[in-house]
Amino acid sequence: MSWIAIKMLTGDRAKYLGIVAGIAFAALLIAQQASIAIGLLMRTTSHIQDIADPDIWIMDPNIQFIDELKPLTENDLYRVRGVPGVAWAVRFYKGQGRLKLDIGGDKKKAKYQQSVVFGIDDAAFVGAPREIVLGKLADLRRPDAVMIDENGYRYVWPNEPLAVGRELEMNDRRVVIVGICKASETFNTFPIFYCQYHQAIRYVPQERKVMSAMLAGVEPGADAEEVCRRIQEQTALRPAKPGDPARPGLKAMTNQQFIDSTLMYFVRRTGIVVNFGITVSLGFFVGCAVAGQTFYSFTLENLRQFGSLKAMGLTNRRIVGMVLTQAFLAGFIGYGLGVGGAALFGKAMTSSGSRLAFLMPWQVLAATAAAIFVIVLLSSFVSVIKVLVLEPAVVFRG
Amino acid sequence: MNRMTVQSIASATATSLARAVVCRGVTKDFGEGDTRVQALRGVNLDVLGGEMTLLVGESGCGKTTLISIVAGLLDPTAGEVTVLGQSLRHLRGRRLVQFRGQHIGFVFQQYNLLPALTAAENAAVPLIISGRKRAEAVAKARTVLEAVGLGSKVNSLPSQLSGGQQQRVAIARALVHEPKLLVCDEPTAALDAHSGQTVMQLLRRVAVQPGRAVIVVTHDNRVFGYGDRIVHMSDGTIERVEEQTVARGS
Repeated sequence: MSWIAIKMLTGDRAKYLGIVAGIAFAALLIAQQASIAIGLLMRTTSHIQDIADPDIWIMDPNIQFIDELKPLTENDLYRVRGVPGVAWAVRFYKGQGRLKLDIGGDKKKAKYQQSVVFGIDDAAFVGAPREIVLGKLADLRRPDAVMIDENGYRYVWPNEPLAVGRELEMNDRRVVIVGICKASETFNTFPIFYCQYHQAIRYVPQERKVMSAMLAGVEPGADAEEVCRRIQEQTALRPAKPGDPARPGLKAMTNQQFIDSTLMYFVRRTGIVVNFGITVSLGFFVGCAVAGQTFYSFTLENLRQFGSLKAMGLTNRRIVGMVLTQAFLAGFIGYGLGVGGAALFGKAMTSSGSRLAFLMPWQVLAATAAAIFVIVLLSSFVSVIKVLVLEPAVVFRG
Repeated sequence: MNRMTVQSIASATATSLARAVVCRGVTKDFGEGDTRVQALRGVNLDVLGGEMTLLVGESGCGKTTLISIVAGLLDPTAGEVTVLGQSLRHLRGRRLVQFRGQHIGFVFQQYNLLPALTAAENAAVPLIISGRKRAEAVAKARTVLEAVGLGSKVNSLPSQLSGGQQQRVAIARALVHEPKLLVCDEPTAALDAHSGQTVMQLLRRVAVQPGRAVIVVTHDNRVFGYGDRIVHMSDGTIERVEEQTVARGS
């Protein structure tokens, strides 16, 4: 009877398109808004994702996310290097630099721009960008050399060709752009500068401690999470005075743990999830209302036909099967159109350079499918009840 | 002639032929208390195989209620209904639905064809319900459509057919699984006079077969001539039964 159910549904073009459009709209809204929310959230972790060399990040024990790094002492580095399982550990600096874009020009007309500064390991360049667009990584060894990310370059100098050799001021010190690299879009859109660690700490106001974090690798065969646990255990300090609790050791997290921690911070502390959640909910409820109302109306119009089928010997179970076949077919097509539309939207917007934050992992597709499944179930529920209680004798009432 | 006498005569005549439907003391009430309406009041009826029985009477006299009960679509409040030797009281749920599907064919006033299916697919529906494969069912339906004169319309949608043609598709659908009882509810009510005559002639020619009983509910007195017996109903009871001789195939 499935083919009859499908023909009944597709034969009524207006209703069919109405149901599919309602579900497609819901799927589009849910998938698109969820993808934008995830895209935005993932931008908060783009620095961690871009720095792929280390297995472990080591930070002050109170750190929750990458933008609140609290400086460590040089002594901490040596303690970490002594932990079994740690193959190597290097310094890492992350801070902000204020750029003056036209060096030596008229101060009143000068343009300023906040930026992110990464100080990477002087010797091995651990933490360096993965892909260089212009210039060479080795050029970072030249005096005052910095490398800027491509997005940042285009943000600061829109419509200008990529070029090396520009001179700028960063926190009143001269810097020279020796290369342009790829980096993921960031949440705050600031340009990202890479330079050697010893140079980066010259740009920032002198403090007692300047090392933002340490990047470490684990020995072959060692479990990164176990090494993290050991680092925390072995860098713990004894109580300040007898009877006090032990002071916690450094916080060590794997890349993924640090990404998760940063994401959770933004989920908890910002309104991103709530704001996008409201739009996603709206899509869900509008989808339920439009699809449910249209599907119910379709069922009502076909009630006499369902009654005839009942009279002719079709069981309730098979009638419910027909209604569900119709609902799930519409749901399946609507889902495909909706998520397809959302994906096309994301692709079109990101390829046009709009800087839209859009990321559609499989979890978005699965969650949207689950939402559409619920919409279809709710939409068909009333129709199923209506058909179940239908007396076949209705066919004899003119 | 009082009602009981009429019914007794009808029953006595009926014993000479196989009784496809036997109703004894059938009553049907709708509603409760002050709103209770008695639609049938102790109806006794025999419908014979190989004959066409017309149920006639004014609107609200209980014709539709009676055929709904005979077809197993409605339960009587009291009384006994036996169809094709099977007491409907003992058939419940799935078994009743299967009994209807196997042994009863339906022709409705408004045809009730599925608008998205072709004539052949519509006519094949009872076979598909009974579990036959689609291609096989449609092939059988095509032969029945040929028999009702719609061989050239097998691929037409209901919207492409006239009212008379749609009713002929409905008749083909009712006969495709070769039921022993055919129940027709006002089959000519939505048709013009000419189409109504055509449909009744078709019913007589194709539907009335030895071993198959045909019940036609109608208030269209232009078609009274097609029935072997005419059961007149009034106010929930059978008022009288007329018998007449009708030539086969007329």
